[in-house]
Amino acid sequence: MRYRFAMFTLRLDNNTWLLAAMALAIAPHTPRLPIWISLLCLAVGAMRLIEVRLPARWLLITLAAATAAGIYASYHTLLGRDAGVALLVAMLTLKLLESRTLRDSMVAIFISYFLVITHFLYSQTIPTGLYLLLVVLIITATLIGINHPGRQIEPRKQLRLAAVLLGQAVPVMLVLFLFFPRVPGPLWGMPTDAYEGMTGLSDSMAPGSISKLSQSGAVAFRVAFDGSPPKPEQRYWRGPVLDFFDGRSWSATAAPDPKPADITVTGDPVSYTLTLEPHNKRWLLALDLPAKLPPASRLGPHYELLADQPVRQRLRYRAVSYPNYRAGLYPGATELNRSLRLPALGNLKTREMAGAWKRAAKDDGEIVQRALELFRNEAFFYSLTPPLLGINSVDEFLFDTRRGFCEHYAGSFVFLMRAAGVPARVVTGYQGGETNPFGNYLIVRQSDAHAWAEVWLKDRGWVRVDPTAAVAPRRIESGLAAALPAGEPLPLLARMDNAWLMQLRMSWDTLNNDWNQWVLGYGQERQYDLLSRLGFEMASWKELAVSLTAGVGALLLAFSGFMLWRRVPVGADPASVIYQRFCRKLARAGIVRLPNEGPADFAQRTAMLRPDLALSSTSISELYIALRYAPHPNASDLRQFGKRVRAFQSQLPD
Amino acid sequence: MHPAIDQAVSQAGQIILGKERQIRLAFACLLARGHLLIEDIPGVGKTTLAHVLAQILGLGFQRIQFTSDLLPADVLGVSVYDRESACFKFHPGPIFAQLILADEVNRATPKTQSALLEAMEEHQVTIEGETRPLPEPFFVIATQNPMHQIGTFPLPESQLDRFLMRIDLGYPDARSERALLQGSDRRRMISQLKPCMEGEQLAALQENVRTVHVSAALLDYLQALLEFTRVSPLYDCGLSPRAGLALLHSAQAWALMEGRDYAMPEDLQVVLPGVVGHRLRFAHGETGAESSSPARRLLDAVAIP
Repeated sequence: MRYRFAMFTLRLDNNTWLLAAMALAIAPHTPRLPIWISLLCLAVGAMRLIEVRLPARWLLITLAAATAAGIYASYHTLLGRDAGVALLVAMLTLKLLESRTLRDSMVAIFISYFLVITHFLYSQTIPTGLYLLLVVLIITATLIGINHPGRQIEPRKQLRLAAVLLGQAVPVMLVLFLFFPRVPGPLWGMPTDAYEGMTGLSDSMAPGSISKLSQSGAVAFRVAFDGSPPKPEQRYWRGPVLDFFDGRSWSATAAPDPKPADITVTGDPVSYTLTLEPHNKRWLLALDLPAKLPPASRLGPHYELLADQPVRQRLRYRAVSYPNYRAGLYPGATELNRSLRLPALGNLKTREMAGAWKRAAKDDGEIVQRALELFRNEAFFYSLTPPLLGINSVDEFLFDTRRGFCEHYAGSFVFLMRAAGVPARVVTGYQGGETNPFGNYLIVRQSDAHAWAEVWLKDRGWVRVDPTAAVAPRRIESGLAAALPAGEPLPLLARMDNAWLMQLRMSWDTLNNDWNQWVLGYGQERQYDLLSRLGFEMASWKELAVSLTAGVGALLLAFSGFMLWRRVPVGADPASVIYQRFCRKLARAGIVRLPNEGPADFAQRTAMLRPDLALSSTSISELYIALRYAPHPNASDLRQFGKRVRAFQSQLPD
Repeated sequence: MHPAIDQAVSQAGQIILGKERQIRLAFACLLARGHLLIEDIPGVGKTTLAHVLAQILGLGFQRIQFTSDLLPADVLGVSVYDRESACFKFHPGPIFAQLILADEVNRATPKTQSALLEAMEEHQVTIEGETRPLPEPFFVIATQNPMHQIGTFPLPESQLDRFLMRIDLGYPDARSERALLQGSDRRRMISQLKPCMEGEQLAALQENVRTVHVSAALLDYLQALLEFTRVSPLYDCGLSPRAGLALLHSAQAWALMEGRDYAMPEDLQVVLPGVVGHRLRFAHGETGAESSSPARRLLDAVAIP
């Protein structure tokens, strides 16, 4: 007659929950997985859905071995981030094929939880977080369903209970987030393949490389200035400096002297906090020219800011720059020689023209002016889609096609200068940036990537010259979208026409920035900052561990204390809660309601024992009965009831 | 309290003295469309109660005295060959009445008992391949002698389950007994009783019982009671879902008799001993505390949520 000890079997409902939870947990990985793993997942899921007989053990072992071999064939390893995730997904899926008992389902659920974490190895954005929260909710609901043997509970209740559980975990999560000891750098070593596919500047520049980058709307970095930001034409963010030309592309030579040449600065400094997105290279971006350097960095030979380690996670640093500077008045001979080198062959027409300029010019400054006038006065066009160039790329560009992006102008300008005997080099980086009015900071995107030139003039040192400014002045003043002629295909994010879209984009970026700064960027430094404000001076990880334990313990204690104090289950009928107060009050007066005593009986007994309370207790009981047992109780009755009980509580002395 | 029922109860109370609770339970049982089992020693007024009910409610009444040689045909009826019309003619048995008093039902053989109980459950009788409906309303009051008496066939649990309630009348208290001894002949008093309601009115009341509101809170209590009987080692076996429905309907009927359109825990508590008394037994070796019945233990153990 009793079913209490009936064997637990996996029912279809729980099965469906489990499949849904796993599908949601696996789904975002599918674009990164080999197609055959996705197909395997689908096939196994379908098999479970139509409840095919589960395969025999030997077949299962063969299948698992074959899958592992397949993953090895796809990745040539079983270790690392990508192969590891693939292995986890495949084995979780295969687990379904031997899910017979409760324990098997529990294992599948816990692997699903673990799988949720692996998504953060790829993306840590707000949408990812929200999605994974949903997945955790579904997995938890599945866990609840599976551990609820008696009857199947309603899906809505299941979800609500899961949400309550997650809600209860929030305080613990906050304590862990704030107090878990942070170490500089990632907590655990990330596999090396985790840093592939990051976009950003590269250490060489060929025609087309920057225009390709400018199609990306991805954020390169964000800057918050202490004072007002510098004018747009001063916003040159220096990246890699390229001083070697092989006839087609520019690249950096490994400098033998890592010490930069002399710098003298004048004017007011600009100080700012820059949050750099990871790009897996060593350079840090800084406004020309940086004077105060962030920690763990140094100034390279060409005044570029270099970190000691590749930037593999979002980096936040402070820097101070002087827009007015004089640099490299007395450079070494090797540096100047390197800035004059050209390939032995090719681009004869350009060399010829440069030679003519050199003969005619009084000094180097005049040659620079002649080159800029060439770009300004002749029919040169600024374009994201220039024609392809052949072997003599500089000749073809300067004399035939005359359509190009900043890398064409910077590259050919430096070539001209070197051919005319003026030391020059290409500087890449970012120029401009978009002010976000909501967060009061500057967003610099990959589409702001830029290339310009630096020439060395006697008595003036290295001077920035931007040939693109001569062709398309608006590129420097107002950004890419304004500079491109109508009809050019624009990167989507550079479009400026739609006001509300623009506003939406800016608000979203502000949110992302805050997320980056305060959630993802909550590292050791910020933790120390917070703790010192709380009174922990120089907290060691031991103190942190103690406060962590104490914090979680205090939370749990507070929570259980609260539950004990309320003495009613969460989600109880409000009328019942108020009635309990009434009963407790009477209990203190010596009239204890028996647990199985109905409200009417209790009122009658109260009236008998304390005739002075008969009237009030009877009317309270009547209201309670009406609220709890009569059809259609209404809110005003409940208020009335609460009022009467409060009046009763104050009427009866303790 | 509901006026018509109130009148009926007070009239019955004039004849059966000091047994108001039992009379009202019997009414509740009738309103909930259930059958009633009265278990007690002879002579405490079981038959009188049945008579009174039939008379007050204006129902057609039949009494069947169960004996060990009673046959199913004696209850249900029999077809007899009629020479004049040259065919079998059905002579309906005493069961074709609105209110049956099945007296001393445990003295008959199980075969005859089951004939009655099938009819109670299905409200129809199938004899010789022909199904005949029983009149509506159809209400059986069965009386039973205590088990220890000689010559009884105890009703099996499955049959007991067919009765919505089992009540015992017990001896009257001294004052009632004195009034009884002094008063006039009960039989004549019964024959002078006037019906206080008609067939349709009773049917309408029975219909109203089902519309009595039962709140979620009360269902929580009911389910807690049922769950306790199933989980606790105190009982031989837990209450069935049918017992749960019986409790619900009885409580609704009681609430209606109290003049309410909703049921509350007290209703459930009043009807519970009657409804579960014959369905719940202590497990072997569990005698329970002195003078406590399984129903009493149940009520004491489960708190009202």
